[in-house]
Amino acid sequence: MTSATLTQLVADLACGAIRIVDLTQTLSPDTPPIVLPPEAGQCWPFRLEPISRYDERGPAWYWNNFSCGEHTGTHFDAPIHWISGRDLPNNATDTIPVQHLIGPACVIDCSRQVAENPDFLLSVDFVRSWERLHGRIAPRSWLLMRSDWSKRTDPVAYQNFDEEGQHTPGPDPEVVRFLIEERDIVGFGSESIGTDAGQGAHLRPPYPCHYYMHGSGRYGLQCLTNLDLLPPVGSVIFCPPLKIRNGSGSPLRVLALVPARSDPAGAPARNP
Amino acid sequence: MTEPGRRKRKNPILRTRVPLLPPSGRSRVALGLTAAAALGRFELQVCGDCGTVQYPPREACHRCLSLALTWQPQSGAGELISETVLHHSHDVYFRDHLPWHLGMVRLDAGPTVIAHLLPASGAAPCRVRIVARLDKAGQAALVAVPDAHNISERAPDMANDTHMRELICDPRQRKVLVSDGKSPVGQALAKALVSAGAEIVWVGCAEPWKRPPGLDELNRLDSVTLVPLDVTSSDSVKSLGAELGAKVDILVNTAEVHRPYGIAARYGVEAARSEMDVNYLGLLRLAQEFGPVMRSRGADGQSSATAWVNILSVYALSNFPTHGTYSASKAAAYSLAQCLRAEMQPAGVRVMNVFPGPIDDEWNQELPPPKLTAQALARAVVKGLQEGVEDLFPGEVAQEWLARWRENPKVLERELAMSR
Ligand SMILES: [Zn+2]
Repeated sequence: MTSATLTQLVADLACGAIRIVDLTQTLSPDTPPIVLPPEAGQCWPFRLEPISRYDERGPAWYWNNFSCGEHTGTHFDAPIHWISGRDLPNNATDTIPVQHLIGPACVIDCSRQVAENPDFLLSVDFVRSWERLHGRIAPRSWLLMRSDWSKRTDPVAYQNFDEEGQHTPGPDPEVVRFLIEERDIVGFGSESIGTDAGQGAHLRPPYPCHYYMHGSGRYGLQCLTNLDLLPPVGSVIFCPPLKIRNGSGSPLRVLALVPARSDPAGAPARNP
Repeated sequence: MTEPGRRKRKNPILRTRVPLLPPSGRSRVALGLTAAAALGRFELQVCGDCGTVQYPPREACHRCLSLALTWQPQSGAGELISETVLHHSHDVYFRDHLPWHLGMVRLDAGPTVIAHLLPASGAAPCRVRIVARLDKAGQAALVAVPDAHNISERAPDMANDTHMRELICDPRQRKVLVSDGKSPVGQALAKALVSAGAEIVWVGCAEPWKRPPGLDELNRLDSVTLVPLDVTSSDSVKSLGAELGAKVDILVNTAEVHRPYGIAARYGVEAARSEMDVNYLGLLRLAQEFGPVMRSRGADGQSSATAWVNILSVYALSNFPTHGTYSASKAAAYSLAQCLRAEMQPAGVRVMNVFPGPIDDEWNQELPPPKLTAQALARAVVKGLQEGVEDLFPGEVAQEWLARWRENPKVLERELAMSR
């Protein structure tokens, strides 16, 4: 039975009945890092230093040393990342149950609202109206907030700072609690640089998505891309972080399996 | 057609002149003259026993054979007693710069010296002042400049003189790269270089999503162009080096990270590592990408590559414990800058190290005055280039530290350990 499922999956992948969509941004020195006030500790940007390139440093081989923070580029947030999740069991990148790292994804399209208002906050009402079209969010799903923010390829537009800080979308405090307590999602993913909004420090509590999600043992994915290629429901994502001992997160490759005939525009799904 | 005020452009079909140097061999004792000239000072040996001021430098007093000789600053005032013009030389450097004017100057302090003459120096006999400058080989050269009371009106001519231009690093009509224009120091320097007549000032700008105050205003200046440059990224430095390296005549490295901590006040290595990444490795990255091409242009006509300026800190000399990790990173940068100087020397490109005391900026908020303003630092750097200085200690704090350090580095270390 199980064997047959995998055989069918491999066959579907081979013939294109199931597509693989890469939800990962390319890591480069231009990848914008998280910005904190200068007196705070700083996350390293991504940097690449050649070890050798078929030269006197190593004649037949090319390789690099790279450096970056755990939270650089498309990355995973473990519960231990936040103060609220520090004492939970299995809260770090090396101890997270691997079953949590492959799962169904619900994609909520906020791109039109975000285009009008970069500070857009996802609300409970917005989620409920999405559910009326696509069905109730299944337990242990990943909730991915599509904003098309990743289409801002200019780092200045992607960071979107003014004198009051960053302006990027995210969830409001109430919807975060709703998604945890009433929908039992496994994690929240966003296209911008944090799971919280750019102005999330001014919400109550500050950074609600980090605070509540990690405080209840759930995960975050940020700097995702290509969410516009996913159907509202029906895809499955793979998001295992590097197995860093006691790590708070890590850059990672996020892949989605998508039924080829699914319609990204989102044909209404049956209620479960 | 050449528009007025612009230098004639280089003829691209002619081979670029290779950098040549004047003879650079000096005895150990004669290097005392060079050590003073590096600071822009003219010093001669003075005998502690009989008071004789002597030139050329020797191991012992030529009058009483005493070994008690000390180097002391000289006013340089004297009389130009004879002139001669060199029309022929077997030295490949001088052959490129003939005719060369030389003169004998009898100093009021006693000795007679041979000095380079400029058209502005005047005709013998006349009163002149001897100044010590560094030549392309980095060795002291004595120049007779007009007497103090008429020096200012002739100064522009002097700076434009082709022989004087060999001895100084005047930014006028040169192309300059300021590595970081986001700090007050970087912005003040860019503006000062524009005022000093630089033809182009490229201003490096890392993390373009952060727009600090002043950057837009700077960008509105005609000769200023903002360019992407992040000295923590080898990729970024390489890209700009490839694009602009062959155009940069003067590189001013202003990029720095400064966190005001010692060891105990900041747990962990990350703040110190970013200081090292910018202050030390940033210099190394710039030197690797811009150094070789600047070396190849050490004699590229009137607008050759001429200088590399590092904004270090007087804390590079001795650790200031409340800014301890910053001091350490600047000491590392100072050491590397000495290596860079040795490597740039064969091309005659001067490395000028600047050692300011505390600057009046956001990272020295808790330090009491006196603090050096960014503008005063920028003016001092431009003046240092115009005078061809190699080591610059701008401001009273830096001058005082330098004097204490030269007198006794160990005493200074103890004093700094107690000041908190
Ligand atoms: Zn004597």
